[in-house]
Amino acid sequence: MIELIHNLVVGTLILIGAFFALAASIGILRLPDLYTRMHAASKAGTLGSGVMLIALAIYAPGHSTVTRALAAVLFFLLTAPISAHLLAKAAHAAGYRLWDGSVRDDMFGDGRPDHSRDGKF
Amino acid sequence: MITGEGFLAFAELTALGILSLSFLLTVIRVLRGPALPDRVVGLDMLVAIAIGFIAVIGIRTGYTLYLDIAIALGLVGFLATVAFARFVMSRRYEEEFISKDPLGLYRNKSND
Repeated sequence: MIELIHNLVVGTLILIGAFFALAASIGILRLPDLYTRMHAASKAGTLGSGVMLIALAIYAPGHSTVTRALAAVLFFLLTAPISAHLLAKAAHAAGYRLWDGSVRDDMFGDGRPDHSRDGKF
Repeated sequence: MITGEGFLAFAELTALGILSLSFLLTVIRVLRGPALPDRVVGLDMLVAIAIGFIAVIGIRTGYTLYLDIAIALGLVGFLATVAFARFVMSRRYEEEFISKDPLGLYRNKSND
């Protein structure tokens, strides 16, 4: 009985992780500009690989593998927002344009928030 | 006694197939990507998918030594993205410097 629950939990987790990875890659392929693509990659992609590493931590016997898998999850959760933020800021500073359908760019001009278009779409 | 081994094997194979498909889609973006930052985002995503592959293969074969490689791969991917972000910025600053060059020192040098 324990083994059944164990296998079901691990299998479900890796399926969930794989579907999140697929969603992230479809988003990276279909979304219109750099910033929306980055949001797909850094949120859904990190969640996908993190869920699969948690499945490995549940599956694996022994403390060392569990500790390493959880440390890897923690590391990815720490580094993914930093790298996405750095790349988005660098691309914005380098002048890569937002998609034409974007309604607001808070960092336009001097980098101060622009409230003149609040509520107007 | 049902142990769910069959479901686990099915989930492993399905996850490997889905991961291969998403790897392919991300490679299409890396190849097509109109600008450098799009390709960098695609490479970051490729690293994440490779880590997922390592996790699924660790579950499937019980060989979890590759987990260390997954951690190192994540570190390399993070540092590569940071370095590419600096590169994206410095390339723009270099272009600006060349366009404001009053003495014509850099006019004949290409940017790449």
